Amino acid sequence: MAEVTVLAATGNAMVAEAFRQAAPDVLAAYPITPQTAIVENFAKYVADGRVHTEFVAVESEHSAMSACIGASAAGARVATATSSQGLALMYEELHIASGMRLPIVMANANRALSAPINIHGDHSDVMGARDTGWILLFAETAQEAYDNSLISFRIAEHPSVQLPVMTTLDGFITTHAMERCELLDDETVAAYVGAYTPAYPLLNGETAAAQGMFASLGGTYFEIKKAERAAIDASMPCIKAAGEAWAAVCGRGFEVIDAWKCEDADYILVVLGSAAGNARVVARELRAQGIKAGVARIRVYRPFPFEELAQVLKGARAVGILDRSDSFGAQYGPVGLDVRSALYGEGLLIPTRDYIYGLGGADVTLDALRQAYGELQSLAAGELDQGLSYLGTR
Amino acid sequence: MTQTQASKTHTDVANFDRWTSSCFLPGAVVIDPGNSVLYATGGWRSDRPVWNEEACTNCMLCWVHCPDSSILVEDRIMTGIDYEHCKGCGICANECRFDALEMILEPDPLSEQAGAPVKGGN
Repeated sequence: MAEVTVLAATGNAMVAEAFRQAAPDVLAAYPITPQTAIVENFAKYVADGRVHTEFVAVESEHSAMSACIGASAAGARVATATSSQGLALMYEELHIASGMRLPIVMANANRALSAPINIHGDHSDVMGARDTGWILLFAETAQEAYDNSLISFRIAEHPSVQLPVMTTLDGFITTHAMERCELLDDETVAAYVGAYTPAYPLLNGETAAAQGMFASLGGTYFEIKKAERAAIDASMPCIKAAGEAWAAVCGRGFEVIDAWKCEDADYILVVLGSAAGNARVVARELRAQGIKAGVARIRVYRPFPFEELAQVLKGARAVGILDRSDSFGAQYGPVGLDVRSALYGEGLLIPTRDYIYGLGGADVTLDALRQAYGELQSLAAGELDQGLSYLGTR
Repeated sequence: MTQTQASKTHTDVANFDRWTSSCFLPGAVVIDPGNSVLYATGGWRSDRPVWNEEACTNCMLCWVHCPDSSILVEDRIMTGIDYEHCKGCGICANECRFDALEMILEPDPLSEQAGAPVKGGN
């Protein structure tokens, strides 16, 4: 029987607890706001002997991910954490980690990218890692950041997945705000996460193995990349199984799309991460006025749950996508492009609007969300065109 | 990884350049040590070492220095050069103290002097 400790904790503190309980063999990291407290707390756990991890303090995020890749290839369970410019500096290694199919778990405190310099929350950093072959999870709350971080190890290390997983939480809003959280006991978590048995480790393996091979012209590279695409496509059932197994342990549900009153909704906002709560507050307010509003929050963003999302959105008269980063020059923001594509794939010609919101930690006000739902009603009535706008700018 | 998948790649490693995506282990991990002998690199050569057996003293300097293990030796006696793997780097000829190795321009593959193509001569 799981023992639950209720505590007031930040998202960073909860991710550090999850990492301690998953007990990675190696954690290599470099500090960056607003992630720093994850690694700071974890380093303290190592110093206090509460977790026996080889903690590698490196000189940059480029080195951090490189050290993680080496350790993972050697056969270690590996975790790390970063944010913003740090994630950007890891860019080339992100592809190496996924291409070599190394099950590294990384927490990312979602934060704006320079310029102008800004340390606050948005999704610009993680959207830059969208196409790197990592599985991407978005947490709404500190509690969910804990849950997602534990689930990540089960997904990454599953023999038929073997892919790195990024478990993300919104900078400051989720990393630093203190919430009521439930921490399960170490034994229960250890039993859930399980032991990691690498397939072909470079160290301590029974089979001599070479990793990171050269694959050049003649199509070998092409074939190996096709296998990588097949692996992330096929990972969705394992993601669901890992999430549902944790839900059975902790009692909190797991859905790749957290749909709030979408079954009969006319107007749905699609959102990632911490802004979902505000959207639900406004949707509830609108429902009290007889307007059928819903909120669809995407918890698993890569692989993109396009079939599940289309099912959730299929009855809507208009859909708004909240995008906390921009894909400059594209028709919509990154989430908007994915959502529209999912609708098109199911033959759903539901009108959509893309709302770029909250960049650089700008407030996501209830008034702004009321405006978005109002526009969706105009869109459905044919009084407004589809398109992209910045929501909440002065 | 299951034994089935491992053996699937293991049995046919010589023909990895014909494998489809599902033949590779995740991450294209290679578990067949010593398989470089199956990969003919002779076709990379633009200069060819020619061995003069008369001048050779079997000092083994070329054998020590050859980066591709292409100096063939039996019972401490040099017997020839492995042209399927020799990339024509010229280190052997450079190291030889007895003028027993000379680098010549690789013949035009379509000329009469070229003879039958060597494996790996794509």
